Amino acid sequence: MSHLPYLAAGWILLAGIFGMVTSRNLVHVVVCLSVTQSATYVLLLAIGYRKGGTAPVFSDIKPTGKVVDPVVQAMTLTDIVVNATATALLLALAVQVAKRRGTIDPDELRPLE
Amino acid sequence: MVQAAIAAPVLIAIMLAAGGRRLPRPVVDAVATGTILAVTVLLGIVLATALRHPVVTWLGGWPPRGGVSVGIPLVADPMSAGLALLVAVLTLAALVFSWRYLVEVQAIYHALMLLFTAAMCAFVLTGDLFDAFVFFELMSVIAYVLTGYKAEEPRTVHGALNFGVINSLGAYVTLMGIGLLYARTGQLNFAAMGARLPGQDHRLVTVAFALVCTGFLVKAATAPFHFWLADAHAVAPTPVCVLFSGVMVELGVYAIARTYWATFAGAVPGARPALAFLGVVTALLGGVMCVLQRHVKRLLAYSTVSHVGVILLGVAALDHDSLAGAAYYLLGHAGVKSALFIAAGTLLNRFETLDERELHGRGLRLRASGAVFLVGGLGLAGVPPSGLWAGKAVMDEAAQRAGWWWAAPVGVVASALTAGAVLRVWLRVFRGVGPSGGGTAEHEDSETGPRMSRLPWTMLTPGVILAGGAVLLGLIPGLLHGVSHAAGLFVDHDGYVSAVLSGGAWHAASAPLHPWTAAGLVGGAAGVVLAAVVAVLGLHQPVPRILRPVIDRLRAAHSGHVGEYAAWLTAGVALFGLLLFTA
Repeated sequence: MSHLPYLAAGWILLAGIFGMVTSRNLVHVVVCLSVTQSATYVLLLAIGYRKGGTAPVFSDIKPTGKVVDPVVQAMTLTDIVVNATATALLLALAVQVAKRRGTIDPDELRPLE
Repeated sequence: MVQAAIAAPVLIAIMLAAGGRRLPRPVVDAVATGTILAVTVLLGIVLATALRHPVVTWLGGWPPRGGVSVGIPLVADPMSAGLALLVAVLTLAALVFSWRYLVEVQAIYHALMLLFTAAMCAFVLTGDLFDAFVFFELMSVIAYVLTGYKAEEPRTVHGALNFGVINSLGAYVTLMGIGLLYARTGQLNFAAMGARLPGQDHRLVTVAFALVCTGFLVKAATAPFHFWLADAHAVAPTPVCVLFSGVMVELGVYAIARTYWATFAGAVPGARPALAFLGVVTALLGGVMCVLQRHVKRLLAYSTVSHVGVILLGVAALDHDSLAGAAYYLLGHAGVKSALFIAAGTLLNRFETLDERELHGRGLRLRASGAVFLVGGLGLAGVPPSGLWAGKAVMDEAAQRAGWWWAAPVGVVASALTAGAVLRVWLRVFRGVGPSGGGTAEHEDSETGPRMSRLPWTMLTPGVILAGGAVLLGLIPGLLHGVSHAAGLFVDHDGYVSAVLSGGAWHAASAPLHPWTAAGLVGGAAGVVLAAVVAVLGLHQPVPRILRPVIDRLRAAHSGHVGEYAAWLTAGVALFGLLLFTA
């Protein structure tokens, strides 16, 4: 099994975190958070991959046929739903921050005390 | 029974969210409180059953076949059922407090509180790691919404956003760890994974443990993952803070303990020193930050950080007695901290500010709130027979046996700093001691709408009961034995695996615990005396000059900058992984 998908997942995670750390815009922060979550999709799908396997839908193939792991696909779907909820909510909060504080640059938002 | 306790609040919440707008507020209050009351009774029955023998329920009738499971179990052992019951009791207190306190909220607030309760209960009761992740995210998302409930205030939305971003990031790292475990074992169930872990490549298992723990450590506000906590607690509505500090944060530690004993047990030798190190740093850092605060809710938030550090230290010893002590400590802390937040809420209600100096001497006539602050401060200091004292004494004795002589002093320093800060607030606000003035006069919304001439009983009774109960916890007969029994079952990895996978027997070898020892009493006395010293010094002397640069650094690190928090999180994961490998 190739290690490439795992390296890709790690790379996406780090790229997302790098974006969050250096970001100057809260909307960008939230999108970077989605990028880090994409790393989990890649990782999960890579784990379930079987060489030569098809999609785990048994309507037109024999139940004994070789398929990729359906469990991780279910997990990925759940994960996407979670991501949609969190992203929508965080974007709404970013809009509120923009309205109430007049900026969405984390550097200018600093003091919370 | 177990399913009903989770499903009932969800169903009622949906109905309230759909039709609550048309109902008058008292009806909404009655429905929400009644539901939680029913859940409390249900979970009480579940706990009583679980104390005789733990209950494993397979959802949808999908039991495992031949050790392979695709279903999701709910496992009610005394520890998980007890924690779920604690969640329900605290929600009940928070809802009763909200009746008069949050006048302007709509039915959607009640719906969110019910969903929050259901998510937390499901999180502790589930026996499946991925399911735990889903409920972790559900409770987190509801927590973000509740934090940002007063969306008109700039500080509120900023705090909620920081909370949301950091917690979600932690959760995704956890999910990557879950993926690695699944890749190795082909299972998602704690027990089934645990049964297949022996013999796996230990490097991969260690990395998976580090990743899985990350999200839970963020939730548990362990340094350096703790930055979100104070930002969120300072701005969330007070009844929500009761749930956050009282139990949600502690669920992070519970999840680490559960994952360790049910799945990893013995497979990660570095876990003991690594978790202990994080616990010590968190306990001390939280204590120092707590003393430095002037905003009462922020102060209480850092005190939570510190105490959760102590609980993590208790869990980190990875033995039965210490875990029982930690559980007892958690129970005592939940009561005291909830009561303190409720009392802080009454201050905010009366004076529309939470700045300690601004409030100087203004609480003289709020006798009940003052009493709660005094009792709460003493409780945090570890005065016998409070729950914190009993738990601490048991943990210290276990640590002593393990050769961790430094654990007891760390605990005393943490309680002295946090309790000292609370007692300082009591002296300044409720007794009018010390120099006055110097407040920044930052106005806050009182959260209540119109000001009341007298505080209604619904805003006082929950705090008084919780504080009183927590301080007398060490005297309740049988409780210590029950906690010891729960811890005995909790640490029995083989029993858990066989009970979940094949319905086998699960018996605890519980030893009796003795908090009433000379060392325990000395520890409690030392905590109280040092707390008094910290309180009196804090009234007159701000910060010694030599410490200024260090303090300024610490303050600057807690900047409210979300990017910095993310960087700290990444550094924390690296540090935790390094500790796991080297120790």
